[in-house]
Amino acid sequence: MCAKPIKHEPRQVETTGHQWDGIEEYNNPLPRWWVWVFYATIVWGIGYTIAYPAWPLIKEATPGLLGASTRADVAAEIAAVDSANAAIKEKLVAADLNAIAADPALAEFATRAGAAVFRTNCAQCHGSGAAGFVGYPNLLDNDWLWGGTMEDIHLTVTHGIRNTTDADARYSEMPKFGTDGILDETQIAQVVEHVLALSGQEHDAALAAEGAIVFADNCVACHMEDGSGDRAQGAPRLSDAIWLYGGSRDAITETVTNARFGVMPNWNGRLSEDEIRAVAYFVHGQGGGE
Amino acid sequence: MSNPDPAPSLYAAREPVFPRRVKGTFRTLKWWIMAVTLGIYYILPWIRWDRGPALPDQAVLVDLANRRFFFFMIEIWPHEFYFVAGLLIMAGLGLFLFTSAAGRVWCGYACPQTVWTDLFILVERWIEGDRNARLRLHRQVWNGEKIRKRAVKWTVWLLIGLATGGAWIFYFTDAPTLLGDLVSGQAHPIAYTTMLVLTLTTFFFGGFAREQICIYACPWPRIQAAMVDEDTLTIGYRDWRGEPRGKANVAGNGDCIDCMACVNVCPMGIDIRNGQQMACITCGLCIDACNDVMDKIGKPRDLIGYLALTDELREREGQPPKSVWAHVFRPRTVLYTVLWAGIGIGLVVALFLRSPIDVNVTPVRNPTFVTLSDGSIRNAYEIRLRNMQGEAAEFALTVDSEAPLALSLEGQEGLVVTVPANETLSQRLYLTAPPDSPAARAHHSDVRLWIAEEGTTNRVHHDTIFNGKEGGDG
Repeated sequence: MCAKPIKHEPRQVETTGHQWDGIEEYNNPLPRWWVWVFYATIVWGIGYTIAYPAWPLIKEATPGLLGASTRADVAAEIAAVDSANAAIKEKLVAADLNAIAADPALAEFATRAGAAVFRTNCAQCHGSGAAGFVGYPNLLDNDWLWGGTMEDIHLTVTHGIRNTTDADARYSEMPKFGTDGILDETQIAQVVEHVLALSGQEHDAALAAEGAIVFADNCVACHMEDGSGDRAQGAPRLSDAIWLYGGSRDAITETVTNARFGVMPNWNGRLSEDEIRAVAYFVHGQGGGE
Repeated sequence: MSNPDPAPSLYAAREPVFPRRVKGTFRTLKWWIMAVTLGIYYILPWIRWDRGPALPDQAVLVDLANRRFFFFMIEIWPHEFYFVAGLLIMAGLGLFLFTSAAGRVWCGYACPQTVWTDLFILVERWIEGDRNARLRLHRQVWNGEKIRKRAVKWTVWLLIGLATGGAWIFYFTDAPTLLGDLVSGQAHPIAYTTMLVLTLTTFFFGGFAREQICIYACPWPRIQAAMVDEDTLTIGYRDWRGEPRGKANVAGNGDCIDCMACVNVCPMGIDIRNGQQMACITCGLCIDACNDVMDKIGKPRDLIGYLALTDELREREGQPPKSVWAHVFRPRTVLYTVLWAGIGIGLVVALFLRSPIDVNVTPVRNPTFVTLSDGSIRNAYEIRLRNMQGEAAEFALTVDSEAPLALSLEGQEGLVVTVPANETLSQRLYLTAPPDSPAARAHHSDVRLWIAEEGTTNRVHHDTIFNGKEGGDG
């Protein structure tokens, strides 16, 4: 099938009256189909503004007859995801904390949900990679102030540390040995040398020997004789390579003089039990879990 | 806008084409090609292929949900998409090759549009009769006979369309299961929608649009025009032999008796005697029709035949045409063949060299390392281990590095992981350097992780680095 050739006969069509370098333009009518499509788009446009939110008013746009709303769509999507996850969340809340790992589907959910909770609520202090910062514990290592089992982490997240909003918060306080005048500067210098010795760092042996006596009198109740610390009181282990506030001579002197008082909020008021369990499982699985 | 003369219409209405039945070499070839291509299309999804209990047993399956492509013994994973890309390049080069050698053979013989239109015309002929009967029916008013014949024809067309759309979706999920679901109304709405769309497009393209698809809609004929050269075999009319047209056995007349046989059989509705033209799909039916007539009037065959532009010039000067092989074997076609075969061989080699396991190791960069209580330095890695086999397999992990590094896995004792069949396992892995060891102190050290499948010789490795204290704070 071939199109028949179009015969170009001279026609009487007005020009637009414009001229560019002698070139004139015929004022031909628009193709019929084009005109109808144009009219159809106008009709469609009017119908659209009636059916959908369109005209801006003072507070919001006209709602439209179909009640379309992207906010409502998002809310519906979130509700759908929530309801889809409801069963596994129930399962997570009911599960024994140490049995989560044995159920691959539950473990997968807890890890992913926990990662989201962590990034939203915990990363501000502990860092997005959970590596912490000076004063904010690194959650990846194998040193824990209050314990690194699932139960320990779950309890810490639930009630927090040294906060005033939860009566069950983990609590302990180190005396301000310098500021409160319990030890004088010489004694502090001696005990600092002893702590340096405990952690295997470079130290003055003579001062450290004196410091051992000061340590035995003032510190062993919490930090133990060998400096291994006491998790029941959140007393850090002093004989290892991990220092929350720094392990240098200056940093330890500052800690002994003014003490430290790290605070963590209780999350039981802000997170649901399934979220707390998920984040505890996530943190437990980052390398430090016991 | 006064317009005294009505403007000429810019739209030329389609002139219906009523191809007449024809017999001959090319028609027979086309029937065979139709039988083979349609046979493959409809039967392929029903062929079974045992891959073990964990994998589908359909020989050819595009498993979109699990992102796998199965083709008999071959299984393609998403990360191996280059195989599909390679096949597409081969298909393209194959088309280049055939087009440069023999013109639009794809269009004339193998294109689905041609094959299905042929099938639809066959149905049309069975129900409404040959060309003259169809022309009569076309012109006659709508009476009982016309309504009956049209209704039967359209119904059969729709059934063919339904089978076409139906067969298509069988390639994407287990065919017997899907057929059961389709019949019982339990299949996914997408399956029904796809069937409906393909049924309607088949019905419309094969029944009504036909040659208009080739002329107006398809870009391929336009691209092919750039690949045809003066040595390409196309269908031509030997006007130096045929003209002037007229009655046979009248002195001065050529061989063409102007019987219109070539025009009447043409599915594109063209007259090949006007020379090479855009609409011609080189299906060869006019050759069959003309040869039939030439035999009857006792003239030599091939008044219309496959010939190249160079042949036309030679024949006009009274020389014999070049042989077909001289047209087919040219540097250009040899080059296409070499490229085509090169990619093909490359793909086959890649297929046989690929490992049934695949590992991807990502060092955790936040933080780059962790100091443990005894002062040792630990790096974490996320590894993804693909088991591209039909059954679960155990993989043993080992580390190979100059400095001593201890390997451990998150959440489990030992260094052996089990990956279920046909799945990817994500596992967190740790390397620990003893306190003050070279790796613990260095900026970074090179590390090679080996993953070996237990009980086989399959093993793969992945090179990565271990970050030490010099690299920054952790």
